[in-house]
Amino acid sequence: MLQGIFQIALTLILVIALTPILGQYLARVFLQEKTWLDPILEPIERRVYRWIGLRDSEEMTGRQYTQAVLVSNLAMGLLVFTIIIAQPFLPFNPTGLGNVRWDTALHTTISFLTNTDQQHYSGETTLSYSSQVFALGFLLFTSAATGLAVGIAFIRGLTGRSLGNFYRDLVLAITRVLLPLSLVGAMVLIIAGVPETLAGVATATTLEGANQAIARGPIAHFEIIKQLGENGGGFFGANSAHPFENPNGLTNLVETIAMVVIPSALIYTYGLFAKNLRQAWYVYGIVLALFIPLVALTAWGEFQGNSQVNALLGSAAANLEGKEVRFGWAQTALWSILTTATMCGAVNGMHDSLMPPGGFSTLLNLFLQIVWGGQGTGTAFLFVYLILAVFLTGLMVGRTPEFLGRKIEKPEIVLASIILLIHPIAVLIPAAVTLAFPETLAGISNPGFHGISQVIYEYASASANNGSGFEGLGDGTVWWNLSACFSLLVGRYVPIVALLLLADGMAHKQPVPLTTGTLRTDTGLFTSITGVIILILGVLTFFPVLALGPIAEGFQLAHL
Amino acid sequence: MGITQEFLKSIRVTIVLWVITALIYPLITLAIGQGLFPYQANGSLLKTVQGTTVGSTLIGQPFTQERYFWSRPSTVNYATQPDVAQTGTSGASNLAPSNPALIDRAKIDAQKLQQANLKPTADLLYTSGSGLDPHITLEAANAQILRVAQARSMTPDAVAAIMNRAIDRRFLGIFGEPGVNVLKLNLALDAQSPQA
Repeated sequence: MLQGIFQIALTLILVIALTPILGQYLARVFLQEKTWLDPILEPIERRVYRWIGLRDSEEMTGRQYTQAVLVSNLAMGLLVFTIIIAQPFLPFNPTGLGNVRWDTALHTTISFLTNTDQQHYSGETTLSYSSQVFALGFLLFTSAATGLAVGIAFIRGLTGRSLGNFYRDLVLAITRVLLPLSLVGAMVLIIAGVPETLAGVATATTLEGANQAIARGPIAHFEIIKQLGENGGGFFGANSAHPFENPNGLTNLVETIAMVVIPSALIYTYGLFAKNLRQAWYVYGIVLALFIPLVALTAWGEFQGNSQVNALLGSAAANLEGKEVRFGWAQTALWSILTTATMCGAVNGMHDSLMPPGGFSTLLNLFLQIVWGGQGTGTAFLFVYLILAVFLTGLMVGRTPEFLGRKIEKPEIVLASIILLIHPIAVLIPAAVTLAFPETLAGISNPGFHGISQVIYEYASASANNGSGFEGLGDGTVWWNLSACFSLLVGRYVPIVALLLLADGMAHKQPVPLTTGTLRTDTGLFTSITGVIILILGVLTFFPVLALGPIAEGFQLAHL
Repeated sequence: MGITQEFLKSIRVTIVLWVITALIYPLITLAIGQGLFPYQANGSLLKTVQGTTVGSTLIGQPFTQERYFWSRPSTVNYATQPDVAQTGTSGASNLAPSNPALIDRAKIDAQKLQQANLKPTADLLYTSGSGLDPHITLEAANAQILRVAQARSMTPDAVAAIMNRAIDRRFLGIFGEPGVNVLKLNLALDAQSPQA
């Protein structure tokens, strides 16, 4: 027990220690200050800019930035969809995989394009190395870079700067952040045992004479950006529980830190942009204050185990269903909360088999979307809540709401409300439709309350752009593919457009001088109120489904 | 900028980023992996002196004979079914803790273990996440020492000594959980006392 808590705590301490380092680096990159990689990368980037026809100081308005995000994402999506559909004609297909069904290809493309990486297929039996590397491997970078660019643009606007240029931010996010870190990370993973090969399945004759098919592939380079970009789409069906994706304690540590390090650092980057590190750490405090109890709750549930199985064992033991021995209850509990908190969505143990406290915590993360949250967008959502808190507290004390010296007015509140409301719409409406047809549409594999959680989880994961799932769900159907596409697209692009317009509006406001009458936003009191508002808004919207799903299941188990 | 112009620019961006992230980057990692760490990069395969592959140190195998340590139950039978021989597979039961099917399965497995005179441990009742888990817990291995020793006419101490060498420990003694690598252990046992 204690050793498990120690591992979890130490991992978190490492993440917090890395936050200022990477946060500072991100700020230097996106403020275009000097970094030590300049001599190598600047010539390459200059060529890239020239080739795409980008002038040096070209800046974009909110509308232009939005248009660039949408149009470029469309172009990337078209390319990837084409590659996946063309799979039978492309090389690097050692297992001779055939056509990918159109709806699976569409769902997979949109899912990876939106940085979600929800998978309604198994890597081994569906996608060739060409599809994995040329199609999905590409989106692992660009979807993360798109999110990071939007996050940075939002921070720029909020702190009174012009939004910047999307294409430059996109390129910089890849050449300065994702690619260098991935190269180093991929090396570590290979040395630790993750394969990187074009060879196909290795057939082994086991010690007892059976034939074992050992699926392989170019995994290491895929694995690290899958984590670092908060993508989460596994090379194999079992994702990071597969020993080739995540073979030991070292790879698990690297992959755990990789999935949280950028969103964690981005809060610090905000502090540098706003020249208010105090506020950044307060906001970081909100995240930790939500995160730590959820990890504790999940770890407690898994450590207690399943009472019915414990009765068979004659003693209390942790729940190891869907878990690997090398990770155990502690590393799996930490991972499952981190992966739903950060919208990574990779798993190193199966969420469907988590005890009810784990199901509750992972779902709550998907509903809140700000316990770190998605690459770039999660940090932006945090500040949307801050803006709402300013507005609400301003109303309470009768002062003009201001954030960083800029007035919060009607357009800001409308946009912030859209960002908050779109998520329940994209989750609850399709879930209600699906649950209305349990026999034909839902594909529920676990009976009772847990079945409701399965359906809700799938749409929440899609709309939050997370990608993990209660994977027992029979989701490889046309209905699931298409209805999840709705949640994926709405959950991704509506908030992005709203964020960019919100940031643009803030950037163009006259700053109001700070007076003694100004409501300070960098205090413990204000931060606590923000935390409470997050909980009220997040939990109130979704409490009914939490009660019907994991909470009911928890009571059911307690009464057996 | 008009939409058409934007689209043309987007195509250029897509192409250049595709070349960097889907071509150059995987090629560099592949070259380094294959060039410097071919053993790991090809899946840590274990081969006999004759060159036949017996497995991978990272991937578990099913064992049923008395003379071998047994692995955890797997929903995909460690990818040994004929229907996945072309592609390989991985996967879990995805049974919810509240699903009666989980308890029914655990009961059957517990009975089987008891019939084999083996006290059930959690890892031997619960299926793994990948279906390919190469490890069992130290408890589960300890409980099997006597059986294996008898089947091989070895002393329990000798088997325990071999078992201790097959433990994969926590990273830095801190991260992850220790486990006995079943395939490595059984290979070592076979090397020690070849089949009569």
